Amino acid sequence: MSPATTRMTPRAFLVSGLLVGLLAGCAAFLVATWAGEPAVEAAVAREGGHDHAAGTPEHTHEPTAGDGAEEEVVSRSTQRTWGLLTGSVAVGVALGGLLALGAAAAVGRLGPLRPGPTAALVAGAGFVSVALVPFLKYPALPPGVGSAETIGSRTALYFTFVAVSVAAAVLAVLVARRLLPTQGGYAAVLVGTALYLLVVVVAAVLLPGPASAGDVPADLLWSFRRGSLLTLLALWGVLVLGLAGAVDRLGRQESALRARRELAASL
Amino acid sequence: MSQSSAPTAPLSPGLSPAVEVPAIPLGRLAPWALFSGLLCSLVLFFVSTDQGAVSVFSGTALHEFVHDGRHLLGYPCH
Repeated sequence: MSPATTRMTPRAFLVSGLLVGLLAGCAAFLVATWAGEPAVEAAVAREGGHDHAAGTPEHTHEPTAGDGAEEEVVSRSTQRTWGLLTGSVAVGVALGGLLALGAAAAVGRLGPLRPGPTAALVAGAGFVSVALVPFLKYPALPPGVGSAETIGSRTALYFTFVAVSVAAAVLAVLVARRLLPTQGGYAAVLVGTALYLLVVVVAAVLLPGPASAGDVPADLLWSFRRGSLLTLLALWGVLVLGLAGAVDRLGRQESALRARRELAASL
Repeated sequence: MSQSSAPTAPLSPGLSPAVEVPAIPLGRLAPWALFSGLLCSLVLFFVSTDQGAVSVFSGTALHEFVHDGRHLLGYPCH
């Protein structure tokens, strides 16, 4: 089959994924502005009024502290608008592209699952393994909490856990796919899920715990983390639904194309 | 599957008709996966990590610009 006669091309998947990612990034920006920024502002204000921000040299790189207004690299008003929008959209587009490539590899290879549900499964597994489970082990910290001495180890631990989680998710899907023909869908999904949970729980128990949130008031920490979680939900919710819809559309176009070709061949 | 001829049926389950779900040959996907995958990973790195634990570009402008996104998207940040 030549590329011109099929809609199931890597390019079509990638373009869909990037567009869906753009939408997801915009949704994440809106939710972050509404649900997350009040807590970020409060945390930054608190950081500014706090003594630790003033003296330590490693915090000179954090000029958003309220008392360092004249050495600001990027103003707060830019950070919470254009900066947040840029970051959200960039992450959305990048994740959309990666998920679309994952969906392109998975479509037609997960038993009898059709293209739309396959893409939803890939993106859903992405949400659980990239965002949700890492958040449960290493929840987001508001500005002014993490110290500069621990950023190296915190980053290493976070991405190690994300890597283990994603690898476990891929492994779980491959095992479930292998079990599907002989054991049926229920057993395959059950074993795959159990395998994923086993790996991430063992990893979560073995890896060191999250950094302390210090003396941040519990209500501020909660509203920041709730805002962060809602932002991730908005980002990934649009990614899952958008990718499922876009890939389903590609699958339908492909089916129509094939039906027409079969009809033409039968004439 | 009895719904095999009706991919547009409103109640069609997520399962494909017995006939075919076309898969993209992995050989044709590989170059796209390599280049786009690398590019997307680089974008993720610059938003999530650069000028934090490791720096490709020196300075703090990038870190400060995406500061709020880095915090709210759950990445470790100063």
